[in-house]
Amino acid sequence: MADDLKIPLLEELEKGPWPSFVSDIKSVADRKPMAADLLRQLEKSYEDKRGYWKHGGLVGVMGYGGGVIGRYSALPEDFPGVSHFHTVRVNQPSGWFYTTDALREIVDIWDEHGSGLFNMHGSTGDMVLLGTRTEELEPTFRALTEKGWDLGGSGSDMRTPSCCVGPARCQNACYDTMDMTYQLTQNYQDELHRPMFNYKFKMKMSGCPNDCTAAIARSDMAVIGIWKDDIKVNQEEFAKYLDDGFNVQEFVVEKCPTRCITVEGKEINIDNSNCVKCMHCINRMPKALAVGDDKGFAINIGAKAPIVEGALFGSVIVPFMKIEDGDYEELYDFIDRMWEFWDEHGTARERIGEFIERVSLATFLEGIEMEPSPKMVKAPRDNPYIFYEEYFAEEDEGEGEGEE
Amino acid sequence: MATEAKRVTDIGPPHYEKFLHPLIKENYGKWEFHETLAPGVLAHTGPNGTIYSVRMSSPRLVSSNFLRMVCDLADKYADGYFRFTSRNNVEFLLANKDNIEPLKKEIGEKGFLVGGTNNAISNVVHTQGWVHCHSAATDASGLVKAVMDELAEYFTTEKLPAKLRVAVACCLNMCGAVHASDIAILGLHRTPPRIDHETLPNLCEIPTTVASCPNNAIRPTSVEGKTTVKVDEDKCMYCGNCFTVCPAMPMADPLNDGVSIWVGGKISNARTEPKFTKLAVPFIPNNPPRWPEVTSKVKEIVEVYAANAKPFERVGEWIERIGWEKFFDLTGIEFTKYHLDDFRHAGTTYRRSIHNRY
Repeated sequence: MADDLKIPLLEELEKGPWPSFVSDIKSVADRKPMAADLLRQLEKSYEDKRGYWKHGGLVGVMGYGGGVIGRYSALPEDFPGVSHFHTVRVNQPSGWFYTTDALREIVDIWDEHGSGLFNMHGSTGDMVLLGTRTEELEPTFRALTEKGWDLGGSGSDMRTPSCCVGPARCQNACYDTMDMTYQLTQNYQDELHRPMFNYKFKMKMSGCPNDCTAAIARSDMAVIGIWKDDIKVNQEEFAKYLDDGFNVQEFVVEKCPTRCITVEGKEINIDNSNCVKCMHCINRMPKALAVGDDKGFAINIGAKAPIVEGALFGSVIVPFMKIEDGDYEELYDFIDRMWEFWDEHGTARERIGEFIERVSLATFLEGIEMEPSPKMVKAPRDNPYIFYEEYFAEEDEGEGEGEE
Repeated sequence: MATEAKRVTDIGPPHYEKFLHPLIKENYGKWEFHETLAPGVLAHTGPNGTIYSVRMSSPRLVSSNFLRMVCDLADKYADGYFRFTSRNNVEFLLANKDNIEPLKKEIGEKGFLVGGTNNAISNVVHTQGWVHCHSAATDASGLVKAVMDELAEYFTTEKLPAKLRVAVACCLNMCGAVHASDIAILGLHRTPPRIDHETLPNLCEIPTTVASCPNNAIRPTSVEGKTTVKVDEDKCMYCGNCFTVCPAMPMADPLNDGVSIWVGGKISNARTEPKFTKLAVPFIPNNPPRWPEVTSKVKEIVEVYAANAKPFERVGEWIERIGWEKFFDLTGIEFTKYHLDDFRHAGTTYRRSIHNRY
């Protein structure tokens, strides 16, 4: 197979210590003409310095509006193997945990129905099954659902939620990211599979402010774990860090953003009322320090990449919420109000972050029936152009302020 | 039809619990602390024991052969349990500490690396590029491979001042969300879309196309009696948003497409607030298959950072301490008019103090 591939430029990418996607794709090229033609077309891209994919087309599986990305080669005569090269997004399990039995089932399905190539995983979180023909979409979907798998999102819908390992393998988890991701995904199957929004809506669940899923930059709704009470301290373990020669003064005390840590002798003291839960001290000394007991999460809304109005980080809309006894109603209620207001007043292809910037945070909060809080801003406004909505009329004169 | 009746939809993903190692289930929500045993090897301990994670590099774009190989390794050493990280590494989850070294050895024999933890460069988050995307201004997998060949020693060791996150996106859509990485490589177009007036009236909805432009550069017009659009080329900033809604406005331009390099972003809240990446190198032409000008510049930035930053200082934190003028001095990168923002909220990046370093 490799003999008739003729991909000298790509073969330059088989050298060097980092694993080579070229070698890997080549390894299936003899049994997968699609993979072989993918390499041949990519070689041409490397020669000509441009891509050769047509704009996506409307393809999918029955009853779903998302989950499949149509893709066609711009040069189907030259590379018939990739004349169709559609992507199937498969909803990953929470935290990207697998058993070998389960993953082999997926691999078998894609070896039978598709190119045998994958992205593990896509940026939103899905398993990305890369490349198949239109007529294979429905059989692929049937094979997947028979084994208990379903498609993820695409287009103007709720995109597949994803999360960090959370309580499955991290002592910092302030809420159950794994379960929340599963529950949200199941609760909003219709919103996931049938695009009806103004634009995409991504959700990421990170268990603590380290934010290992990059939620604050990459998701319209970033659910980030946080706690309200004191950092838990194990003084005995703290003393061991000192005894081991760890420079607590330079690497922890002086790095604290609010300078709320002091060390006296072999004891650490934290002014928890000034701690902003940045995680640095806990990250540095995981045996001595731990997140508190009164745990929950903050919700930051509106992160997105540049297109259209520029990149945004999510900003605080819910400073603190917690799930008790597995009851997600308060969260669902918040999401429903937010989606309803955005749906009613947003414009086509307007992400919710851009929407909030356009209508203003105050209008957004009113629209979703939430009260403003100083936790939502870096600082109050510094310009005096205030749109007052209340003022005294003539007849009120003399009644005086503050009587009510 | 009988076959139709069997069709199921909207079942969602399988419940995660069935994929969790028994040791993870027993310690779920009860983990006490973790330790790093070696680069790429973590030990998490809870009241019911310790689970060992061995982190392996992956090109993210992988074949069924690769995944079967991962499954075979997981069966042999990890009771059949493994996961992927948010940066596309593979993590084998081992109950038996004695399996760590044999697993690492076999991973090495198969041509993969173990690392990516703590003060290392973890795997590169990236996009599809010429492999699969219609709007790519560069390839992603090839760039990542070329860059990581240069930086592999920083994956397998933890010798950097802090963690360093590299990301690649092949156009401004940034499916790789590179806008908050320590070092970001971003493909970009530099010329306006070319309009195919023949096909546009049939392929595109005019109002949607007009509305797609963030700079109002697109206007309806008439060409030979057909309604189509025109682009005010002075206003176009080559974002490609119009191409996303209108296929008759292709962006690809081999002469002018290329790569930019951005620095200093971060996601985590540790110490300082999350930061956007800022422009370092405005443009480097595409030079496949190995983009040597890009890889050498990225390596230079990493090495200058490694030599100058203090412990636990991310790239952006280091630059804020020394000042941007010093960053450009130290890296030898030329500061140009392209470094001055001229889009929305541009003024927020202008220096409005006399806090200058000379």
